[in-house]
Formats: sequence, C-alpha cells, structure tokens
Amino acid sequence: MTIAPAQAAMYQEEREELISGSEAIGIACALADVDVITAYPIRPYDTVMQYVSKLKADGAFDCDFIVAESEHSQFEIVKHASAVGARTFCGSSGVGWFYAFEAIAVTAGLRLPVVAMVGNRALDDPGAFGVEHNDALAVRDLGWMLYWVATAQEALDIALLAYKVAEDPRVFLPFALSCDGSFLTHSQAIVNVPTFEQVQKFLPNYDRGRLLLHPDNPITIAPQVNEDWLMEIRRQSDEAMRRSTAVIKEHYEDFKRTFGRGDPSPFIEEYMVDDAEIVLVGMGTLALPARVAVRRLREAGKKVGFLRVKFFRPFATEEIQEALSRCKAVAVIDRDYSYGSPANGGVLFNELRSAMYAASNHPHILNFIAGLGGREVLVRDINGIVDTTQQAIDIGKIEQETTWVAVRE
Amino acid sequence: MSTVAVEVVYRGIFQKSLARNIVRSIVFAARKEGKIGTAFGRYGDSPERNGIPAKQFAIVADTAEELEENLAVYQAHEVDVTINVDDTLCKGVESWAWYGLEPINKLTKPNGTLIVTSRQTAESLIEDIHQREEPFSLSIIPGVPSFSGLWVYKDDHTDVRILGTLCKVCPQLVSLKSMVEAIKDQGWSDLKITSAEKAYERATDRPVEPGEGSASVPFSFELPGWKTMEEGLVIRGQGAGGGFRGGEEGFQPDRNEVFKKWSTRSMRPVVNFETCIKCTLCWLQCPDTCFDVTPDGLFDANMEACCGCGVCEAVCPVPECVTMVNEAEFNDNNSQWEAWQLDKDGYKKWMTVLIEKEKLVERTHGFHHVGQYAEEAANAGDN
Repeated sequence: MTIAPAQAAMYQEEREELISGSEAIGIACALADVDVITAYPIRPYDTVMQYVSKLKADGAFDCDFIVAESEHSQFEIVKHASAVGARTFCGSSGVGWFYAFEAIAVTAGLRLPVVAMVGNRALDDPGAFGVEHNDALAVRDLGWMLYWVATAQEALDIALLAYKVAEDPRVFLPFALSCDGSFLTHSQAIVNVPTFEQVQKFLPNYDRGRLLLHPDNPITIAPQVNEDWLMEIRRQSDEAMRRSTAVIKEHYEDFKRTFGRGDPSPFIEEYMVDDAEIVLVGMGTLALPARVAVRRLREAGKKVGFLRVKFFRPFATEEIQEALSRCKAVAVIDRDYSYGSPANGGVLFNELRSAMYAASNHPHILNFIAGLGGREVLVRDINGIVDTTQQAIDIGKIEQETTWVAVRE
Repeated sequence: MSTVAVEVVYRGIFQKSLARNIVRSIVFAARKEGKIGTAFGRYGDSPERNGIPAKQFAIVADTAEELEENLAVYQAHEVDVTINVDDTLCKGVESWAWYGLEPINKLTKPNGTLIVTSRQTAESLIEDIHQREEPFSLSIIPGVPSFSGLWVYKDDHTDVRILGTLCKVCPQLVSLKSMVEAIKDQGWSDLKITSAEKAYERATDRPVEPGEGSASVPFSFELPGWKTMEEGLVIRGQGAGGGFRGGEEGFQPDRNEVFKKWSTRSMRPVVNFETCIKCTLCWLQCPDTCFDVTPDGLFDANMEACCGCGVCEAVCPVPECVTMVNEAEFNDNNSQWEAWQLDKDGYKKWMTVLIEKEKLVERTHGFHHVGQYAEEAANAGDN
C-alpha cells in the first residue's frame, strides 16, 4: 500500500490537536490509510464526513470518498469494497443507521471487517438530535462488535484498534464505534495524534487471504442456503465472536505497548470499584459526570464506584461478574429503553442482570433510565441514584426495579 | 486549582466562524500555560439558522479531573465572561430550540464580565440588559457587529480584539503573552497581534450594579410532564383568529402562546401607514403571518411574531413604506399602528429619523432590494 506524500507528511511527528471525537476518528482513518469511505449526511455522524472531506481536500488523506444517495447504499458500497480487499469506513446515526439495516446485517453475515461510527442519536419520531443508545444497540445480536467511547482521545485510539481486531482472520467481523451525539461528536478536546510510523508498526495491511473476491481468486460469496446449511454458518459467526475476546485482549496489549496509553482492560473501565459498596454502571460519556459524582461521594466517605462497559459486544461477562463480586448493590444507568422488557428496564440493565445470574455474588441490581434525547445527566441526578440504591441495601430489598431519572411528571 | 469558563453569544451562521476562532484560541492559549480545555457549541443551536442567536463555549482548567466537571454538558452552567458579538442580543438570547428569552448575562457569574462589541454607549446597552441581583462589569469594544457567511470569514480583527480584551478583564484565564503565542501559532498576521495588544491596552470596564438595567421580566414558560402532555406527538393547530385586538373589525390570527419572538431578529420593519396602498402583499408574503389587519385596513407588524426576515420590505411596492431598521433602535415590542393612532405627527417624525439613519448604515447582512447583490458585486470591482 503506498501512501500519498502529502498524507505521510502530515503525521511525521506526534502532536496535540483540538478536535472533536468525530474529527479524531477522521484522523484515525487517515492514519490507518483507509481506502474507501462512504458517506451520507445525518446528524451527528455527519461531522465525520465533513472532516474526512476536509482532510481529503487539504491533501492530507488520499482515499476514495463516495457520497452515496442513501445510507443503504453507503453500507452496501463498503461491504463490497471490503470483500475485494479494501480497508473501509462509514457510519451513520439514528434512523439513518436503521435505513441501512439490510446492508448492516449482511456485512456481519459475510464476515466483512467494516469499521463504522455510530453517532448516537435518538430515533425519530419525534425528530431529535440528542444522544440515545438504542440506534447502535439494534445490531447487538447480529455479529457486530460494539464499543462505547467516552473521550475524543479514546475515539482515535479505539478506531485504530478496531481495524486491527476486525481484520484479524480469527475474527473477520465488523466493528461499530458508538459515540454520544453532541458530547463527543460536537465537543472539541485536546487529543494526542500519533505518527504514521507508530500506526504502521501497530496496524498491518488488511489481508483478506483466501476469502478475497478477486479474478485471481475465483470465489462466489453470499449464496442462498436452506435449513440444511444455516445453523453451521451461524455457529461459525458465533465462534468468531467468542474468539474476538482473546484477540481484543492481545491487540489491546500491543496497542498499549506501541502508543504508551490505555486502561488495564479493553472491555471495562473500573473507577474506584474495588472496595465499593455501590457500583454505578453506564456507557459512553456518562462516565464523565459519574466519575465526578464518585469522587465527591468518596470525599464524603461514601463507598461508591463506577464501572464503564466499553465493549457491549463481545460482552465481558466474566470480567463484569468479577468486578461486581464484592459490592452490595449495582445501579445500571441506561441511556436507552426497551419497552416491555423484563422490569420494563433498559438494554444494558437486562444484559447485565442476566450476566450476574451465574455469578457467585448476587448484589441488588437496580435500573435507572436517564439522559434520553441528550438530556444532561447531572451530578445531582447521580447522587439521587446512589440514594435510591442505598435504600435498597438498607431495607434489604428492591422496591422499584426501574426508575426514570429527572423526567417531568 | 481553578476552572474558567467563557461563552460567546452570536448570530448563527453569520458569526459562527468568529465564535469558533475565539473559543479555540482561548483553549490554545491556555494550553501554553499547561492548562487543559474544551471548546464546544450549544448543541441545541445546531444546525444553525441564519441570524438566530447561538452560543459557543471555552472552558479551561488546571487539571483534566477539574475539567471533567464541565464535560458532557449542552452548555456551561455558569461562565466568568460572556462575550456578546452582536449588541442587539443585549435584549436577550433566543435559541431556535426555544428555551424562552434568556437574559444575556444569565450565565455570567456574580462580578463576572460581559464584553460587547458595539457603537452604543454603556448606558444605552444597560437599558436593554435585564436587571439582576448580582453586580457584573460591562466592557465595550467599539465597533459594528462582524457578520459574514457560512463559507466566508470577514477577517476584520474582531476576533483578536476580543481576545486581547478578554486577557485584560479576566487575567485568571490566560496572560496576553500566551494569547499572542496562540495567535501566532494559528498563522495569523503580525497586524492581528498588534490589534490584540491594542485592545488589551484600551480595554475598559463599567461596573453594573444590582437594579441597573431593564426591569422587564424575560418571557418564560412551563414545559409539560409526561402525564399532562397529549399522547401521539400531536400538536394542535391554532384557531383561525378574529377581529383586531379582540374587536369586531380587522383581523388577527391566533398565535402560539409560548413561541414568541424577541431577539431572534436583528432588524424589524417600520411601516409608513400614510403611504400604504393596502395592496396586502406584506400580509400575504410574511412567512410568519406576523401582520395584523387593523380596523382601517392597514397592516400592523406584530413584534411577538416577527423574525426580522425582511420579506415585507422586499415585496412592498411603495418606496419606504416598509423599511427594515436595526433592532438596536427599539426597546419594546409595542404596536406601531397604535403609536401612529395616538400621535400621527410624532410617529411620522420618529419614523423619518429612523429611516434616514438607516440609509447611512451599510447593512451587515441581508439586502435592501432585489438586484442589490449584483450592484454591490459590480462596485466591489472598483475598489
């Protein structure tokens, strides 16, 4: 793979930039030398396409940049490009992501390592731009790896990791980076931009191997099958997702060695969880007010911690069981909803409660629906969540499993 | 251990690049001093509409942990300095996402500073600014509002003049030295550095005491709860309306009781009722149905419904019958027709002065008549 001289020149030295999470992913695409990028505007994802087109116009990124006529075509194009060996990137938000759903499902079915950014947005109607996690969560059963980002730096870092994991032949599954609309996509932070040299050391070229769709390697993909084939095919994808856990660990260690930053675990972030009696659980930028609340509560002598679920798929069942093995109560804060689900709770809550059924410790698990449509989750909201959870510990039972936070009656 | 927050209040699109330059420069300058910062726009203002009030923020802190307290928010919860780059917004801020009319200094901390670019005097600006219980300082940078467009930027040094002033009125934010370095780093000219330094030297501030300013109560409203809101995402239509001001004659449409207009517009129409030929064009073409039909068949622009787009002026066939006038000239939303009824000679004098004054001012945005752009473009070649 040859890199345009202007593109290579842009990233010779490590530097700081003041950029949004979306722009950080745009730079990660340039550093990963992505070949094919497709775009179709929808807020808040569109901040990535604007930035990629700017990089391209500036000569800082040489790629095929295709603005499709719809999200469906957008995802179809990268699916095909990935099959012929191109490194690809695309993304969408809210109902735009849903409009592409047929292509999104087959991308995973065909084991194509497409990397996509989901700028999390409430599903219409009503039309709303703010963050909810239901859009990205809709692919949770299909074979997409799903990661929730908390900072612009993490967006850049995990975008690089995403290619390495997705393109690993042991996995060959697509990877979605979920970024909270506004708080990540539209907020600029200081980000360390690595060099091309570092990235090239970390990230090998995409090699589709024997699966490459090419005249030199005559194959057919995407056949029609019946009941006599499908279970085995599904089981293969299941195995690939199971294998991804070890692959993620391996490549994350490599990432930390190469770039000198990262958490102990790629799957979860534990913030003062060790000796906590109450552990708050959430995803994405919820981590920011949660960490502030935990620090203040600790200063007041309250043993509270925060666990951030980074990878929703694969779900880190054992790590989460272990992390929650000592606490008395867990408060899962969902920035999503699942109407009519067990306890009328959120998706993360039901997933986590299911994971804890097989655990040795059975803390009280309460659910809080908060921050829908991009409403700010404030420190005082989190204090209220902790108070409600403490009551469950005090009286020894959960009176109300699911509570909507800061909703006007 | 400290966190300093700054907001820029501006006209959407026309001043977007200006606001962005200011907030980014603040974060760059603070970085020179080892601080860490974030720059962001109020998400509810976006996608921006031409001329609609909007906000951007810069927040800097000594440590990442302190900064975290101000992240994942739609807007800063309080600011040390409010920068207003269009003085008509001293009357208040209305986002198109519609939070009601918010005082310009709503987020300004007690003893904080409000910086305004304006040709008006402090006294004239304070008349527009809502009273509050805590004192603050007003710092005026002399000049007209710097307006440009989505793809163009009027590099008239407004950005660096504000940054220089900011270093003076808020020394805890960053030093002038760091700001000058940040200006240099962005590849801006030495002349811009000089402008920043001059603004720093010339910066003044005028203390504004509690009780000074406009006594009017800014418009606000209650949002319904989930138990009181109608189901099914239904918005009931407005009724057809009836007679003018509740009377038998004339006509006035029913209007949404909570969605009203104040500082959304930067200009408003002034009507000469004596030359009006009752052609109905302003009434028909107004996209916001803001004209009320008076009992004598004239058309009175209702300032609680007018967004200041200027379509009425453009379609009016009579010269100077409808003239768009800078919003800074007005302190209320009162009816022009009622004022004219009370004192026709007085109204005529008032209106003539305004229209003649308007002729002397080069409009910062929008156009006065069809074909004006072509004329200006042709003239631009001569300069």
